[in-house]
Amino acid sequence: MSVRIAVTVNSKSYHETVDDRYTLADFLRERLRLTGTHLGCEHGVCGACTVIVDGASVRSCLMLAAQADGASVETVESLAAGGDLNPVQRAFKENHALQCGFCTSGFLMSVTAALREGPVRSADEAREVLSGNICRCTGYRGMVQAVLDVSS
Amino acid sequence: MKPAPFVYHAPRSLEEALSLLADLGDDAKILAGGQSLMPILNFRLTRFDHLIDINRIGDWYGAPRLDSSTVTIPTLVRQRTAERDPALASAVPIFQQALRQVAHPQIRNRGTICGSLAHADPAAELPSVVSVLDSTFTVASSRGKRTVDVADFFQFHLTTALEPDEMLTEVTVRKPPPGTVMAFHEFATRKGDFALAAVAASVTFTDGKVSACRLAAAGVAPTPQRLTAAENLVTGSSLTSSACSAAGETASGEVDPTSDIHATADHRRKLVDALVQRALGDAARQGEDL
Repeated sequence: MSVRIAVTVNSKSYHETVDDRYTLADFLRERLRLTGTHLGCEHGVCGACTVIVDGASVRSCLMLAAQADGASVETVESLAAGGDLNPVQRAFKENHALQCGFCTSGFLMSVTAALREGPVRSADEAREVLSGNICRCTGYRGMVQAVLDVSS
Repeated sequence: MKPAPFVYHAPRSLEEALSLLADLGDDAKILAGGQSLMPILNFRLTRFDHLIDINRIGDWYGAPRLDSSTVTIPTLVRQRTAERDPALASAVPIFQQALRQVAHPQIRNRGTICGSLAHADPAAELPSVVSVLDSTFTVASSRGKRTVDVADFFQFHLTTALEPDEMLTEVTVRKPPPGTVMAFHEFATRKGDFALAAVAASVTFTDGKVSACRLAAAGVAPTPQRLTAAENLVTGSSLTSSACSAAGETASGEVDPTSDIHATADHRRKLVDALVQRALGDAARQGEDL
């Protein structure tokens, strides 16, 4: 079975027919070829697939594409408008907040959503913002600093 | 694509959802926030021929309702919405206290309160939260509506009083009497992980003494467990630190947890002791400010 959906992704509208069991992550990666959204665990633990749906950060592996009908989705591809790194991305780069980069797109989207809710003032708060994503390389110190830098 | 095939339904009203449930029964599962259901579908730990997505039955189901004596949380209230609702936090503070410890913001942005209650994971926070409150579950099917008391709702590991054609439409909590303070404490290996054990507490003070106390533990039994011996022990006391530690010891003796790869039974019993002391200590400190 399949479902017709109308969804806005990074300000562009799409009308597509998707399989009932297609996840939002599958849709973004395989249908729209927006492969910046990564799939790690596919059960909501690692955070690599985090995107922003109607303003809220969510796991795109735990949401069906069919559920995104009518929604506005933002992915990591929306951040570097015109090819220039945005302030969050620049802070990650400057603070060595990534190594292999697999988890980075999820972190960037979680941080982007969190900063829209208000400034992050302390390292503890930054760790709270980062806690829903897992990185296996960096040890997080660079990311904490990046969040504090971009928030100040 | 991870989950096994299913047919996706997106009813536009509660009635439509209930009529689908009546027709499909055991072959169907309600999809609300999906933060517990989607992982087990992705793992293929379970499969359903039909998913009934209730996210489009109406915005009315997405906002908590408060009146002079009760708080009602309809079926689509996101955990993040409840966590940030100042009126809810002041009426029944334990929701906010516990929700801040539920997984991560990305999960709470989608996950619903009623979804977690209907899922009835024994390690989840919210079932123990409602167990220390005067809570009533409203359950609907195309046959009609009924209410279930919290004491009868959770029946076993992932099993509730819901029949296959029924859906949890709201949970209603009576506002606590004046002089009531609440606390929620858990222990998880990493913040946001499933708790190895958790304790919810609601304590009412009258003239500096505990006139009512409810304690419930999560993660130590197939359902949330009220710690009645510890409750009785502190009732009538002024919740001194020695009363708190005696209650912790008593509580650890009234739970019978099992060992698993995450923690031994003995470790969980000790956690219950420590968490009861923390929760009651927290309540005592709040009590001083009353």
